[in-house]
Amino acid sequence: MNVLKIATAGSVDDGKSTLIGRILYDTNSLTEDKLQAIEEKSRQRGFDYLDFSLATDGLVAEREQGITIDVAHIYFSTPKTSFIIADAPGHVEYTRNMVTGASNSQASIILIDARNGVVEQTYRHFFINNLLQVKDVVVAVNKMDLVDYSEEKFNEIKGEIEYLSQKSNYKNQNLTFIPISALHGDNVVEKSNNISWYKGASLLEYLEGLQVEEENNESKMRFPVQNVIRPKTEEYHDYRGYAGKLYGGDLAVGDKVTVLPSETQSTVKSIQFFDQQFDEAKKGSSINITLEDDVNVSRGDMLVKTGEEPRIVKQLEATICWMDSTPLQASEKYYIKHGINEAQAKIMSLDTLINTDFSGKSDNPTQLSLNEIGQVKLKVSKPLFVDSYKENKANGAFILINPKTNNTSGVGFIN
Amino acid sequence: MNTNVIRVGALESEAIYIIREVVAQFEKPVLLFSGGKDSITLVRLAQKAFYPAKIPFPLMHIDTGHNFPETIEFRDRLVEELGVELIVRNVQDNIDAGKVKEETGKYASRNILQTETLLDAIEEFGFDACIGGARRDEEKARAKERIFSVRDDFGQWDEKNQRPELFDMLNGRIDLGQNVRVFPISNWTELDVWSYIQKETIEIPSIYFAHQRDTFLRDGLIWSVNDEVVYREEDEEVEERMVRFRTVGDMSCTAAVISSASNIDAVVEEIRASKISERGARIDDKRSEAAMEKRKQQGYF
Repeated sequence: MNVLKIATAGSVDDGKSTLIGRILYDTNSLTEDKLQAIEEKSRQRGFDYLDFSLATDGLVAEREQGITIDVAHIYFSTPKTSFIIADAPGHVEYTRNMVTGASNSQASIILIDARNGVVEQTYRHFFINNLLQVKDVVVAVNKMDLVDYSEEKFNEIKGEIEYLSQKSNYKNQNLTFIPISALHGDNVVEKSNNISWYKGASLLEYLEGLQVEEENNESKMRFPVQNVIRPKTEEYHDYRGYAGKLYGGDLAVGDKVTVLPSETQSTVKSIQFFDQQFDEAKKGSSINITLEDDVNVSRGDMLVKTGEEPRIVKQLEATICWMDSTPLQASEKYYIKHGINEAQAKIMSLDTLINTDFSGKSDNPTQLSLNEIGQVKLKVSKPLFVDSYKENKANGAFILINPKTNNTSGVGFIN
Repeated sequence: MNTNVIRVGALESEAIYIIREVVAQFEKPVLLFSGGKDSITLVRLAQKAFYPAKIPFPLMHIDTGHNFPETIEFRDRLVEELGVELIVRNVQDNIDAGKVKEETGKYASRNILQTETLLDAIEEFGFDACIGGARRDEEKARAKERIFSVRDDFGQWDEKNQRPELFDMLNGRIDLGQNVRVFPISNWTELDVWSYIQKETIEIPSIYFAHQRDTFLRDGLIWSVNDEVVYREEDEEVEERMVRFRTVGDMSCTAAVISSASNIDAVVEEIRASKISERGARIDDKRSEAAMEKRKQQGYF
């Protein structure tokens, strides 16, 4: 079955958890015991409707405050597709979670409260979806019941977002608008009779229609070596297999490959998955390969097709989203993790701070604080084999780790 | 020319990638093996990750002494077939040494006591990464769990201060004394696991299939009769029922379900049509709304 990962985002009280609860309920994904618990809790709290947010808000603090504070993962499936929703909170201070959710998703739902229209948070969500180049974005205009299902109100919001999208650098985004009421179920799973002026698909119909293809269809094959497999048994005495996951392209036996950083060349001798041999492997597959020649390959090296080499660099320019309460500062040192490859990194300069509301940028900021986004130049302690994020998402992103706390402090998108 | 093409499924490929990262990033990993379907699935994934080499880490079972005998037999057979090391640490030892106090009464269970034994074993062997079969769809506190979940000396989960996990980059950097719990099948659902067991024809303990068993009813759940480990009131009547187990924990905290599914195909069909969640049969989760979150903060896996 196809697996589709979706990120959701919305401001506090936009009804995101209610929307997810509604999807679960209407697709029969809530089991009886869970439903029973929701009914009981809703009754206890004196609500006259079912509070579906109780299905997703998993932590005690969240249930107490009635808000979502961390990325939660929700699973449901229809006969056609398995869905994984990364539910990221919409609070200003939790932008990092939104970036995290979007980094693991192929599509994104931005939720807007029809009464409030486009608010600061909407800009931010929209900005992040553009920064991460999420291809399919659906804007769900929620609480339509509270604006009398007004087409005018819906079009006003749609117009504002479309105006924003013209300012974005990322031009390949498919933007869809759907008027919904999560509380009443209008246009969530079933098409609504209350919104007869809307002729498009319901939210779930739209999601089911998305292509579940691997991202970066057009990019080049990258095979970072995770482990060298040496069984040291009689049967496999001289065996040296390279274990890793194929990104960006397919690989076949007989392909000419270049090993980075040594730039030695060889040919793919075998492709193995568990106890079987294959002639070809499709991208996204975790496989094990051997080469014709006895070349030196170790963890962190990368195999690419000869003639499709990435940039080999010791200096990088990147857009960074900061995720740590200790700010990023020029001349600070971090560990950089690019895919599975690790090195040390020094921030050479912090060039611009980018406003997440499309209002522009300011030059030479002194630091990058939690949830801020900026342009930096950095130097690394050993060569990295990179593509731009635009060319190859997996090979164009990295994280920065604070060496004192080991926290994942920021994520970078290579220019 | 016919070519023989492999496209590894997204969830399987992700899990194998994660297990390979554990071996690359940590010095002393271990796979926490309970004999249940999730950890059996993990073992198959670990085999696939390193084939033709053997699984490069031991399995460890924290034995409560209240396991179903079928599970233990299965465990020992599997370990022998794979040729991997099995470490067993017993909750009973901690009870005997007076380090932990056994629960008594109607709902007594050793489930919580496992945590102490697990933490002791992690310290004894110096494990820096423990691979477990927990899934995010099981329970709502687990829905917030990371793939690499950092724990301190006390095994504590600091749920408000978790590292963000971006793309598939896994940050395994820890300080001495810390360890990481790793969940390679985080994104699998119960049905995904069962479908995988079916597709791969993986052997599982017989208690997962329908069988006749002496049982009694309490709180609408079907309990196994075992006078040594499961407390039973005199008026709780024993009756033989055709049942199977959907999740396998201790006898004292795992309820059976009425079923006639006697093979894997029937089990998969039953799960597909089921209206009750898997954890609905876990008595340990019914203690309170936040039961799982509290246990995890204290070092439960």
